[in-house]
Amino acid sequence: MNMLTVSGSPHIHGDESTKKVMYGVVYAMIPAMLVSVYYFGLNALRVLLLATAAALFFEWLIQKYLIKGPVTITDGSALVTGILLAFNVPSNLPSWMVIVGALVAIGMAKMSFGGLGKNIFNPALVARVFLLISFPVQMTSWPKPHAIINGLTDAVTGPTPLGIVKEGLDAGKTMSELTPELPNYLQELIGQMGGSMGEVSAIALILGGLYMIFRKIITWHIPVSMLLTVVVFSGILWGVDPEHYADPVFHLLTGGMLLGAIFMATDMVTSPMTRGGQLLFGFGVGLLTILIRIWGAYPEGVSFAILLMNAVVPLINRGFKPRRFGVKPGVEIKTS
Amino acid sequence: MTGRQKTFTLGGIHPEENKLSANAPIEVLPLPKQAIIPMGQNLGAPSKPIVNRGDLVKVGQLIAEAGGFISANIHSPVSGKVLKIDNVPDASGYKRPGIVINVEGDEWEESIDRSVEIKEEIELDGKEIIERVKEKGLVGMGGATFPTFVKLMPPPGKVADYLLINGVECEPYLTSDHRLMLEKGKEILIGTKILMKALKVKKAVIGIENNKPDAINHINELAKGYEGIEVQPLKVQYPQGGEKQLIKAALNREVPSGKLPIEVGCVVQNVGTAYAVYEAVQKNKPLIERVVTVTGKAVRKPSNFMVRVGTPVQELIDAAEGLPESTGKIVNGGPMMGKALTSLEVPVVKGSSGILLMQESESRRKPESPCIRCSKCTYVCPMGLEPFLLAKAAKVGRFDIAEKELVMDCIECGSCQYTCPASIPLLDYLRLGKSMVGAIIRNRKK
Ligand code: SF4
Ligand code: SF4
Repeated sequence: MNMLTVSGSPHIHGDESTKKVMYGVVYAMIPAMLVSVYYFGLNALRVLLLATAAALFFEWLIQKYLIKGPVTITDGSALVTGILLAFNVPSNLPSWMVIVGALVAIGMAKMSFGGLGKNIFNPALVARVFLLISFPVQMTSWPKPHAIINGLTDAVTGPTPLGIVKEGLDAGKTMSELTPELPNYLQELIGQMGGSMGEVSAIALILGGLYMIFRKIITWHIPVSMLLTVVVFSGILWGVDPEHYADPVFHLLTGGMLLGAIFMATDMVTSPMTRGGQLLFGFGVGLLTILIRIWGAYPEGVSFAILLMNAVVPLINRGFKPRRFGVKPGVEIKTS
Repeated sequence: MTGRQKTFTLGGIHPEENKLSANAPIEVLPLPKQAIIPMGQNLGAPSKPIVNRGDLVKVGQLIAEAGGFISANIHSPVSGKVLKIDNVPDASGYKRPGIVINVEGDEWEESIDRSVEIKEEIELDGKEIIERVKEKGLVGMGGATFPTFVKLMPPPGKVADYLLINGVECEPYLTSDHRLMLEKGKEILIGTKILMKALKVKKAVIGIENNKPDAINHINELAKGYEGIEVQPLKVQYPQGGEKQLIKAALNREVPSGKLPIEVGCVVQNVGTAYAVYEAVQKNKPLIERVVTVTGKAVRKPSNFMVRVGTPVQELIDAAEGLPESTGKIVNGGPMMGKALTSLEVPVVKGSSGILLMQESESRRKPESPCIRCSKCTYVCPMGLEPFLLAKAAKVGRFDIAEKELVMDCIECGSCQYTCPASIPLLDYLRLGKSMVGAIIRNRKK
């Protein structure tokens, strides 16, 4: 007989693993990756490959030579960060900037906090904001989508729909004057508009989100509460003055709204632990996003909104506890 | 079974059921050559031996007395000569006081009615029933081994209006309760009636998960002849056999944190206990044998045996056609809450519901990785706790936080650890937290 193993119960384990969760997120991003390559061509492929390779490399380097601990680059988490970083930049970003972005994401935002599970801020978003502040010109020159089947010509750059609206309204134009310059809803749905390479196609992102909900990697709470807040808040403004505020559907479909709601705000490490907390978190992100988009200095506000809410997650976790069995809600728990 | 099926609402998991021995009828296991009877078979104080070395004992003879209020008598499961009163191996892995008896023949106490006839009429009154249940050494047979009579005496000011009979058997693999319901249904129902009489309740519900449709139908059919007993089919979900979860599932009552079921007017007893009550009250038979499932993926003959208490596990395994070469772990009980055994000399006790032989490949834990804060442990916790937080508090010694976050409510069901994608041994830390916080609370009361 073999030696008997003795360990505490339970003696069986479900089939979930960190690796499966992380690769599940990677699979969910495949549609958006395909769309980005379709519209932004080989440049998108270049950014994707570079960002992921650099993220993996920096994680390996830091784990092996700086921390001198176990190397866990196969767990999929650095891969997710790499892809998300690529999704958050324009496809024509110079290669070295992509690499700097990966270093910031992995080195600064993840490893310096203690690695997987310990970081407070979403690593890819920290990198995005870092790049935006350091290289504002390159980070806001958006190639126009150009279906790959129509030949591999050099992309022309132009503003994003959000940029058009922001500048236009600031210059005193009205929404009806601006509408002809904007893509229509159908183009916004499939992703035929300028923007960061992973954010453009609503359909691809929603597909990925549904897959993650089906696989129980995320729940609906954060995306739904965030998007609902956006619709209600922007809807009120638009209802009051449709000439000076974009409509809610426009807000939903443009910029990083869906990418943020589905893939960034739902990052399990940096979002609240309970459903109630997640609803509040989503509400906060939605509210801040619209505030920044409409009254802030930048046309887009999703990244800032998520990072700001990331910072209050520990507080939310303290305030929102799961419903305890046998404890009436609102009743102070007495410890004897 | 239409419409929404009843179950508990908070948390829960659904591990593979693997009820390999569900169709194996209960077989009577031959007597062991030697019976090893640990004194600590029940929750509470261990029992005290009242026989001496060299004494001749009969089956059913009292050999150890309850060692306190929360304790139980022990009767000899075999006849023969007391070989020694010494430390014996038990499921805990330690050697603890026990009685070893060399088996000679099978001579029973005359007062025990060994006829197969079913005795319907309940002659004893409530008080006498409780006395009898106490005298015959009955403990909860679902695994918790709480002395049965204590539960039949609600504290002053508390009244029960419902008796719940636990036929859930939510642990994967185990089938002893399932077989008992199929083969001893009538006895279980009479046992239920007896318990109702002792508790002075008019209503009893037998909760059975609907992965046992044969048992549901059978008991339902029989229950028609017994007033006030109802069968409640339940949707399969672990840990539905937990008292609080069962009460919630069957009656939608929620036992307050830190309180017992009687707080919401309920008393829960296992089907195995109901059967033992029948035998004790109607047949004057003490708790000296029980049904034990022997199972596992590599076991040649997954079985259910009627076994005398004190029979070494080795003999059960032999009867199931031997220990598979691939065995890497032997669990006393089910895979979620059972205890890993260190040796095969360990005997069957009153609370042993199954012996699970796990293959080498299933025996080891997966390597632990960092918590990814996915909350899955929180979603599945049937008590609404935050296992990741409690585990961390225990790990760093912040028992004040563990207490405030209700670590004492943890029922040690293991759902959190089963689910954790990072394979963190959450329950190890939770147990540590519970024992430390328990000690702190006891100290404070002094
Ligand atoms: S073991 Fe305790 S903490 Fe874990 S799921 Fe069960 S009750 Fe909750
Ligand atoms: S399930 Fe495991 S990884 Fe997820 S939050 Fe709980 S402890 Fe952390």
